[in-house]
Formats: sequence, structure tokens, C-alpha cells
Amino acid sequence: MSGESVSKGPEDTPRAAGDLVVLSGVNKHFGALHVLQDIDLTITRGEVVVVIGPSGSGKSTLCRTINRLESVDSGTITIDGKPLPQEGRELARLRSDVGMVFQSFNLFAHKTVLENVMLGQIKVRRTEKKAAEAKARALLDRVGVGTQADKYPAQLSGGQQQRVAIARALAMDPKVMLFDEPTSALDPEMINEVLEVMQQLARDGMTMVVVTHEMGFARSAANRVVFMADGKIVEQASPEEFFSNPRSDRAKDFLSKILHH
Amino acid sequence: MFDFLDSGQYDLLGAFWVTAQLALYSAIGSLVWGTALVAMRVSPVPLMRGFATAYVNVVRNTPLTVVLVACLLGLNQTLGVSLGADRFEDIGFRLAVLGLVAYTGTFVCEALRSGINTVPPGQAEAARALGLSFTQVLRLVVLPQAFRAAVTPLANVLIALTKNTTVAAAIGAAEASLLMKTMMENETDALFTVFAVFAFGFIVLTLPTGLILGWAAKRLAVKR
Repeated sequence: MSGESVSKGPEDTPRAAGDLVVLSGVNKHFGALHVLQDIDLTITRGEVVVVIGPSGSGKSTLCRTINRLESVDSGTITIDGKPLPQEGRELARLRSDVGMVFQSFNLFAHKTVLENVMLGQIKVRRTEKKAAEAKARALLDRVGVGTQADKYPAQLSGGQQQRVAIARALAMDPKVMLFDEPTSALDPEMINEVLEVMQQLARDGMTMVVVTHEMGFARSAANRVVFMADGKIVEQASPEEFFSNPRSDRAKDFLSKILHH
Repeated sequence: MFDFLDSGQYDLLGAFWVTAQLALYSAIGSLVWGTALVAMRVSPVPLMRGFATAYVNVVRNTPLTVVLVACLLGLNQTLGVSLGADRFEDIGFRLAVLGLVAYTGTFVCEALRSGINTVPPGQAEAARALGLSFTQVLRLVVLPQAFRAAVTPLANVLIALTKNTTVAAAIGAAEASLLMKTMMENETDALFTVFAVFAFGFIVLTLPTGLILGWAAKRLAVKR
């Protein structure tokens, strides 16, 4: 690539100092399915963005493109001003700054809870073992599972596992945290313990992108609600505005189906 | 009935010791080579994937006798490869280890690949999301779980390998079956006893392998 074309790249467009994650013109296909259609989304530092929408609307895929667990067909994604690189060392470095929490927890099954939270620190951040352990224990205490540190993931309840997964992501000191339906695989009584941890994180100023079906969380913790349907962002608004006065018919229809029972 | 064993002209223990050594060195070698092959088979580099796939499919479908004889006639007698040995028996032994590793590595690779398939994709995704590189994901997260899931099929491979060492007699390695051939010629009146002795010898080698690894498979299983 010549120097000239670099200077015309998307990273050169004027960028507000607070913009952390910027998606512009992102398209993604799964075979014939156009799962993300011209997505433009900017997430500023410290902002909590909740993505809601019906199943199959592309919200999980959107979340996974941000750390390139899903590649995109066109468009650009930048994190803290840097465009996502191709698969390789550079991408791994970028991913380490983006925490991710999955629907199915995905704790490393052959490692203890403590080892799960230490692994990234030691192998990616090259933190010394003692320091990594101290930090891991502090984080486990913070999410309320400090007493479970020496157990294996399978010995914990779903809610506990998900809180460990949050601690594992936090151990990397991420710039932004992605939550891909973090409570969808949990028993109803365990949902709140996870949401409370997330709410605390939001209050502490963490930048968060949360894909969820928990409207209560969206109302109480979000700065902005992004409503997606059929691969498009249909509506974005503050939670009060979105829930009390949705503008699009699609959002009205969606909310009428979920809020009245 | 077993008096031919007392005659002192046959070194039965020595022959089985060679068999055990052949099996041990080949087992270590094929575990290493098989792991390397499986890493290539799941790697994102098409050239490596292609090589490993082609290698596995060619070598595992070639009779072991052909592989070993090719080592002797091709490598040693045509190309002069002797792997640092000068006695005929040592050359045979080392070439046999080489051939057995080349052959058994393919089965280790496929046993491990089935182990990798038991590891949920989310495990690798979570590891990548932490910022681990491809080799770190494989080494720290995927392979440790794959090995634990593959202990039982690996035990099968190890037992088959131990018995496959008998083929090494074809290229002059002085292991148990070479001695059996000699004894069969000399002790024609005790033929079935000779068979029984060697069958028993191999059971002594392989039965504990199966039992210990069966126990280990249960102990090491990853709980999900």
C-alpha cells in the first residue's frame, strides 16, 4: 500500500477524543444470510451500550466482530483509533485489551478458577506469578467467588462460573468489555448475581457493550440502547426514551411482546 | 515341557527387553510426531494442513512391513543412512524406531484429533479473546484437554504399537519375534509351547499398559 492511500484511510477521519470503538459500514454474510447490514456504531469511553433485539437479528454477531472472533466482509472496525488487524500477533495484542464474556461462560475446564483468572495475565501480559495470583484473588473477591478459587469450573453454579468469567476478562485490564448474552444460559435465580456485578462495573466507569434480553438491566445501567432487527440497527436512544417512547414500528412491536407479562 | 527355556541357548528376557525398548522409544517418538502432525492439521496455514493430511493418509494406509523395509532398503542400503550405528542389529533397531514413529505418529495424530473434537469451540474462543496466540491456545487450552479425552484411544495405539514391533524382525532388529522364529525352527516338538510363551510375553507387556491407561483415562477426564 502506498503512503498516499494510507493517508486516505478511515483512521484519518476526524475522531472525537472519547471514541473507543467505531464500526463504520460493517457488512457480514453467513452464506446467503446478510447478518450485518451497513452497521455504523460508535461507542465512547465509559459508555454502557446495551444491544437488544429479536433472536437472529445479528446482535451477537455484532458483538463478536468487535474483537474479530467473527471477521467482517466489508467496512472497518477501529478500537482506540487502531483498525482491527488480520489474524496474528497484532490481533492477539488487540484482543487482550478487549474483555469478552460469553453466554456459555467458556471457563477453561481443565484449570481451577484461580488458574483461569491467572492464565491471561501470565501468558499474555507476562505478569509475575505472585502478582497475577494476588490480582486474581482480589478480582474473585470483588465478584463474590473468592472462596471458590481452588475449585474447577464444573463444580460451580452457572452464576458463579459467569462471575469467574467476568473476573477472568477484568484481569487483563481491558479498555472495553463485551458481554454476549451473559445471563441467557442461567437459571432465573442466578441472573441477578451476575447483573449486580455488571452494574457495579458500569458504575465504576467501564466501557461496556452488552447484548442481552434483560430489559431491567438495560433500563438501569445503560447509557444507550441499540435496537437491532434483521441485521440492521433500527433505533438508538437513551433507555428512558427507548422504553417509554420507541419511534420505530419494529421496536414498538418488539417491546409490546416482551414487556406485558 | 518348558525345558528348552532352561537350556541357556535362548536369551528370552533379552529379546523381550529389546521389544520393550523398541516400543518405548517408538511410543515417545510417535507421541511427539503425532502431536506435531495434529498441530499442523488444525493450523490456519493451508500448506501445513495439506502436508499433514496428505502424510497421514498416505502413511497410515501403507502396510507397516512396507514402511520398515523401505527404511532398510531405501534409507540404509540405497542412501546410506545408518542413524549413527555401525552394527547391523543396531542399524535395524534404529531404523525400526524411525519407521514405527513415522507410521504410529499418524494414528496418534488421529486419536488426538478426535480428542480435539471433544473440546467445545468456546474454549478456544475464550482463549483467543484473552489475547493468546494460536500456538498458546493450542498448547495451553486445547491440547491439554484433547490429550485427556484421547487417553483411551491412545492406549489402543500404544498396544497396537507394542505388537507391531514384531514387524521389526523383518529388518533384523533382535526383538522377541526374531527369537521366536529361531525357536520355532529348533524346537519343532514344542511348537505350541513356544507360541504360548511369546503370546504370554506380549500380554505381560500390553495388559498393564491397557489397565494403567484405562485408570488414567478416568482420573484425567475433564469434567464439564
